[in-house]
Amino acid sequence: MAKVMLEVRELTTKYITRFREDVYAVDHVSLKVEEGKSLGIAGESGCGKSTLALSLMGYYFPPLHYTSGEIIIDGHTISGMNADDVRRSILGKEIAYIPQAAMNALNPTQKIIHFIEDVIQAHNPKTTKKEIYELARERFELLGLPASVLQRYPVELSGGMKQRTVIAVSVILGPKVLIADEPSSALDVTSQKMVIKMLRDLMEKGIIKSMIFITHELPLLYNVTDDIMVMYAGQIVEKAGAHKAVFDPLHPYSKGLMGSIIVPEQGLRNVKLTAIPGVPPNLKKPPSGCRFAERCQYAKPECKAISIGMRDVGEGRTYRCIFTEQELREVYKNA
Amino acid sequence: MLNERFPILSGKGVTKIFGLGRQKTVAVDHVDFNFYAGEIISIVGESGSGKTTLAKMLLGLISHTEGDIFYHEKKRDISSQKKKQEYWKGIQAIFQDPFSSYNIFNKIDSVLLDCIYMRGGRGLPHAKKVELMTEACSFVNLKFEELTNKYPFELSGGQMQRLMIARIFLLKPKILLADEPTSMIDASSRATILDYLLKLRSETGMTTIFITHDIGLAYYVSDTVYIMERGKFVEHGSADEVILTPRNEYTKRLISDVPKIYEEWDLSTV
Amino acid sequence: MKHTIQQVFRSGKFVFGFAIFAAVLLIVIFYPLIITDGPLSIIGQGTFFPPGIYVNVYDSMSSTVYTLNLDDAAAKRIASKLNEDDRLALKEWLMAAGVSEAEIDTTDTQKLLDLWVNNYDSKKSIPGMTNAKRNYYVRLNTALKGLMATEGVTVSQFNLQTQTLEEVDAVEQSDFVNITEVANMRVLPLGTDNFGRDVLTELVAATAVSLKIGFVAGIIATLIGLTLGLLGGYVGGIVDDIIMFITNLFIVIPSFVLLILISFSIGQEQRGAVTIAVVIGFTSWVWTARAVRSQVISLRNRDHVNLSKLSGHSLVHIILSDILPYIASYVIMALILQISSGILAEASLSILGLGPRTTEVPTLGLMMNWAMIYQAQILGKWWAYLPVLVTIALITFSMNLMNTGLDQVFNPALRD
Repeated sequence: MAKVMLEVRELTTKYITRFREDVYAVDHVSLKVEEGKSLGIAGESGCGKSTLALSLMGYYFPPLHYTSGEIIIDGHTISGMNADDVRRSILGKEIAYIPQAAMNALNPTQKIIHFIEDVIQAHNPKTTKKEIYELARERFELLGLPASVLQRYPVELSGGMKQRTVIAVSVILGPKVLIADEPSSALDVTSQKMVIKMLRDLMEKGIIKSMIFITHELPLLYNVTDDIMVMYAGQIVEKAGAHKAVFDPLHPYSKGLMGSIIVPEQGLRNVKLTAIPGVPPNLKKPPSGCRFAERCQYAKPECKAISIGMRDVGEGRTYRCIFTEQELREVYKNA
Repeated sequence: MLNERFPILSGKGVTKIFGLGRQKTVAVDHVDFNFYAGEIISIVGESGSGKTTLAKMLLGLISHTEGDIFYHEKKRDISSQKKKQEYWKGIQAIFQDPFSSYNIFNKIDSVLLDCIYMRGGRGLPHAKKVELMTEACSFVNLKFEELTNKYPFELSGGQMQRLMIARIFLLKPKILLADEPTSMIDASSRATILDYLLKLRSETGMTTIFITHDIGLAYYVSDTVYIMERGKFVEHGSADEVILTPRNEYTKRLISDVPKIYEEWDLSTV
Repeated sequence: MKHTIQQVFRSGKFVFGFAIFAAVLLIVIFYPLIITDGPLSIIGQGTFFPPGIYVNVYDSMSSTVYTLNLDDAAAKRIASKLNEDDRLALKEWLMAAGVSEAEIDTTDTQKLLDLWVNNYDSKKSIPGMTNAKRNYYVRLNTALKGLMATEGVTVSQFNLQTQTLEEVDAVEQSDFVNITEVANMRVLPLGTDNFGRDVLTELVAATAVSLKIGFVAGIIATLIGLTLGLLGGYVGGIVDDIIMFITNLFIVIPSFVLLILISFSIGQEQRGAVTIAVVIGFTSWVWTARAVRSQVISLRNRDHVNLSKLSGHSLVHIILSDILPYIASYVIMALILQISSGILAEASLSILGLGPRTTEVPTLGLMMNWAMIYQAQILGKWWAYLPVLVTIALITFSMNLMNTGLDQVFNPALRD
């Protein structure tokens, strides 16, 4: 078994709203990512996937607050550490985060190289400008970005190029874990493909050790990650290998989600799309039983009453449902 | 007329230029098109391709700089407010963002009432109006009793977009222009919205024009696909033709760059 | 609507600003009901009476006399007459005469006087002292002797028949009157101004007039700005070009210069408070117009406006029901700022002497103008201008505070 790069145990974080209400956007989430592996997180907007990404960094700012659980990166527990220490010694070095609009993070009045100097000198103040330039040039060329980008201002770069530049800069310290939250969804398809290729290169060339990739675009997730985790209302409802998760989902919610994929491929015009009626529950007062029960066409009365745990069916596959694998396959066959 | 294929909306050399002199940008550049009655047409393009500008011109919300638009094979005339109102009885739209499609200060009822008024129902008794609104809501599986006297912000995005379809149900236009109707909506609600749109279309036989960046969606819903690049139509034809055997280089690239799940997605081509 | 108002009153800044403003408003409304004097009636003969309680001397004499034997009465009496300069002069002489500095305490009147009486000798010559200075000390000594006298004062009346003074009353040093028994007294909390008018009464009336000017100016400016902004922003095209041309014209000419020119050309006779307000309103709409226009342009392309058009609504309907409600909060904020800047504009104009006609109503600016003309700031008559400044500052501060509070409620980006 490969080395575990990131382990999260029962992580719970909450938002405190202006009216002092608690919203548990990440509720007892546990996950493990091994060295050289990537994990995809899928779910609808508001299911807590972006909050999970923020929470994983161990650096919290209002309205997000840490409640309980552990985050372990390569054997070091970072949860409970002082926020400033996290910023100094963890962020960028151990764990890097790319938000959706990352390309807007570039300061328009600074050249890219200046930005990189800031990043590196914040962690290693003794590095000279020349060393930094050499490192950056080498890294950019390795990732297929022209070195001339370093001497440019952000406005001179296209959206896709900016996004790839930010990604290249954020992994310049070689973090063990990269968290990419919808890194390509604001881009056109060609730039999106380039970003994806770059993320793959990062993994293959060993610049990052593991990756968590978050998106609502399932075909993309399928093509990027080894494992897929489906989140619903702040909880994990299913985790499986990418192929199994897409083509053979077990949880009724995952089933619905995978049934709504549209791709421009032959024979898919006549497939009936699955619709999931209803809306996700309000996380200010989450339901006590299965959170999906309200929208689930297979739900039994007890689903709404008792809290449902994760079932492990082997091969790294888990799901959260009252039914056994056998029972689920049975109801799907009859549907 | 039945089974006869005629272009309900067509254009010749339609052009839109914004700005003057050095700041001139050509958003839509001499496009020709024939949208046949009863078909589902998709206009596919990436951001900045001019598809939204074209959509606004088709709707008559902005004027075109050059060229002609023909409606029912006659040159479209929307020179006065009256003629515009007449035109808008025939063509209606659903927009991308349900949250910005509503006037947040008006109750939901007013959206539906406007439609009844537009179809000449201003003088109808109140009970009849309620009946019409209830029918429209139940078409998209919403309950009018639960919506009446509510404000838009009390609804979810999916519900708002369904209500937009209910609006079209009341208006029964000849042409529906759907501008990215599902791009702001979650995957699980997307199927629902598409279902209702397609159901409405099969019941009324209205011509439906999808404006989208999602080539998968275009392939899934449409009969005819137009591919737009930098203000021009680079390829058009039946959905199967264009998507499965693209001839234009841009179309080929667009299709190859979309992530696939059944075929291998070739990452080496970037 | 109700919800919005609740939200607004949850903002601490707004509530604080509103409280100050409401207090000013209440004073302006209720003060004239209690003190019914005309704000410009001249009560004092002479300029700049300091703030205090004024007791009628004549009435005091005819009131019942109470004898109170207070030990420190004499010392206090002398202390109040002996000013700081005299005390220093005494100290200077004493030191020159050989009294050690440690013994002299200028703040202890009794001790200082004892030292003086024991040591002073008018014949003693101090080296280096001028004749004038020596005479000054002689005069000071005489005055002090008078003060230290223990006899009372005789009040006499001139008898026309006998052509002599007849003693009618004697006032002893230990005589007191009860202030509540004195028929006439007047509290002047802020003294009087250069014309001898009660500053507080005048100030309250001036605040009312200035607020009125601010409101009229603000409403006119906001209405013009709103109309032009809405039209230019929504209709666009040639209408927008014309409106923007006019707006830009007003922007290049500083509005204050324009204001001065217009007020001057109106002439002294026609310049009433309302006229000035209208002039201010007509010269300060520019920024509101520009701001509204840019807001409307961004709203114009929203889908709900497109949808409203597709529903066949007319231009007026769309502007009134699909555009205006969205910018209403913004316009209210602009209005508040316009009101406070209207008050400031009036003050600035009046300081230059171009404010409303001077004989009928006071305004905050006019009070400043009067204080300045009569050199209150040089003479140190702070009560003539400081309360006016504080009032102007309070009004604009409270309005800006309300504005910031509203901004926090309406602008989600500023919420915490």
